Amino acid sequence: MIVIVDYGLGNLASVLNMFKKIGTKDVVISGEHEIIEKADKILLPGVGAFDAGMEHLEKSNLIPLLNKKALEQKVPLLGICLGMQLLTKRSDEGVKNGLGYIDAETIKFNIDPQLKLKIPHMGWDYVSVKKNNPLVEIDSKNRYYFVHSYFVKCFDDKQSLATCNYGQEFTCMVNNNNIFGAQFHPEKSLRFGMKLLENFAKI
Amino acid sequence: MALKRIMPCLLYDGVGLVKTVNFKNPSYIGDPINAIKIYNEKEVDELIVIDINATKQKRKPNFDKIADMASEAFMPFAYGGGVKTFDDFATLYKLGVEKVIVNSLIQQNPDVIKKVIEHYGAQAVVGCVDYKKAMFGGLKPFSYCGEKIKLSIIDYAKYLANDLGVGELFLYSVDKDGTWEGYDEVTIAEVINNIDIPIIACGGCGNIDHLKNVLYKLNANAAAIGSMAVYSKKGMGVLINFPQRETVIQE
Repeated sequence: MIVIVDYGLGNLASVLNMFKKIGTKDVVISGEHEIIEKADKILLPGVGAFDAGMEHLEKSNLIPLLNKKALEQKVPLLGICLGMQLLTKRSDEGVKNGLGYIDAETIKFNIDPQLKLKIPHMGWDYVSVKKNNPLVEIDSKNRYYFVHSYFVKCFDDKQSLATCNYGQEFTCMVNNNNIFGAQFHPEKSLRFGMKLLENFAKI
Repeated sequence: MALKRIMPCLLYDGVGLVKTVNFKNPSYIGDPINAIKIYNEKEVDELIVIDINATKQKRKPNFDKIADMASEAFMPFAYGGGVKTFDDFATLYKLGVEKVIVNSLIQQNPDVIKKVIEHYGAQAVVGCVDYKKAMFGGLKPFSYCGEKIKLSIIDYAKYLANDLGVGELFLYSVDKDGTWEGYDEVTIAEVINNIDIPIIACGGCGNIDHLKNVLYKLNANAAAIGSMAVYSKKGMGVLINFPQRETVIQE
């Protein structure tokens, strides 16, 4: 069973809709401990501010449970957008500690003003996949939909799976063992995102 | 670097999809859900749905129908029409709408728009500038709520971008709507030169060259097409279709 973790933030319906379209069975949205306990895959979505995200996870007392699932049971976990940033150790956007499953921090874009690029980075972009992985093919010309003002900077470059460029190159996918993250929104990225979620379901 | 976007702009009348000419004489097109399924296959970059009757009929957005549409839209989905309260916005975002397009509300209650932007971010709100020839010459923005907009198109666009703080502008020429004769390039270029936020140009697109001009000659970030996305040709029957992306986007 894939559990889309409901911790009070993010557009959960879109993710579930795409799994329905793919035909993946046994996908639920839930914030209940008994349900998440039984998950053999976890999807952590999220939209909004870093501290708000961590606060919501704390309030629902989900952090010990996520640690157990992700670190002890090594269940495949995919963080999307803010959900990926929460996997890092900290963020420029707040003061709280992140989950720390990825050896990285979340930092603010620092773009040359002459480029006149707006924050948030919003829209479609191609990504370059740097390493073989179960979710996206290397050398694929895939485009994905992004909306974000902060991005993940890996301390350990081996955990940076794919990059994108918006005034500066940044990591847009991360991986550490069973833990994955995507900065973009696969659930809103047509067949490109559909393929990614389909591959996640198949891990 | 955020790729250029092309997208259908669909008009919904509360029952089904329609297409207008100069915002008048809506002709029935069909069921939105079927259309959206086809646009998925066509891989459109985004989808715009505007309920053209909600404000006029003083009713709420049709949330049930919007939920059905959102559940079939596997691309970013922008909705406009009859959105009045903070809760309306919140409901739409929860249903899977990424961007809410505002028009009349800009006159009626700019504070609620500011509050939404604070809470959900600028990228979640698109400011709509509908404009047409004024009675005494020149082009003027207008809204449906009966309140006159006193500003020029440029000043109004600046107000939306800089004071209200919306994330994008949807620039829709009433005089070009449904004509197939090309975008209003003069006004689009002028707006682009005066504001920094992304522009979605709309109204008048009739062929691929029109799209290329607006995206690459004028450097608009995005272009919406109406008639071309719902008719096979000018004056011909309904056909849900969309130009192949690679024929337009050169990146």
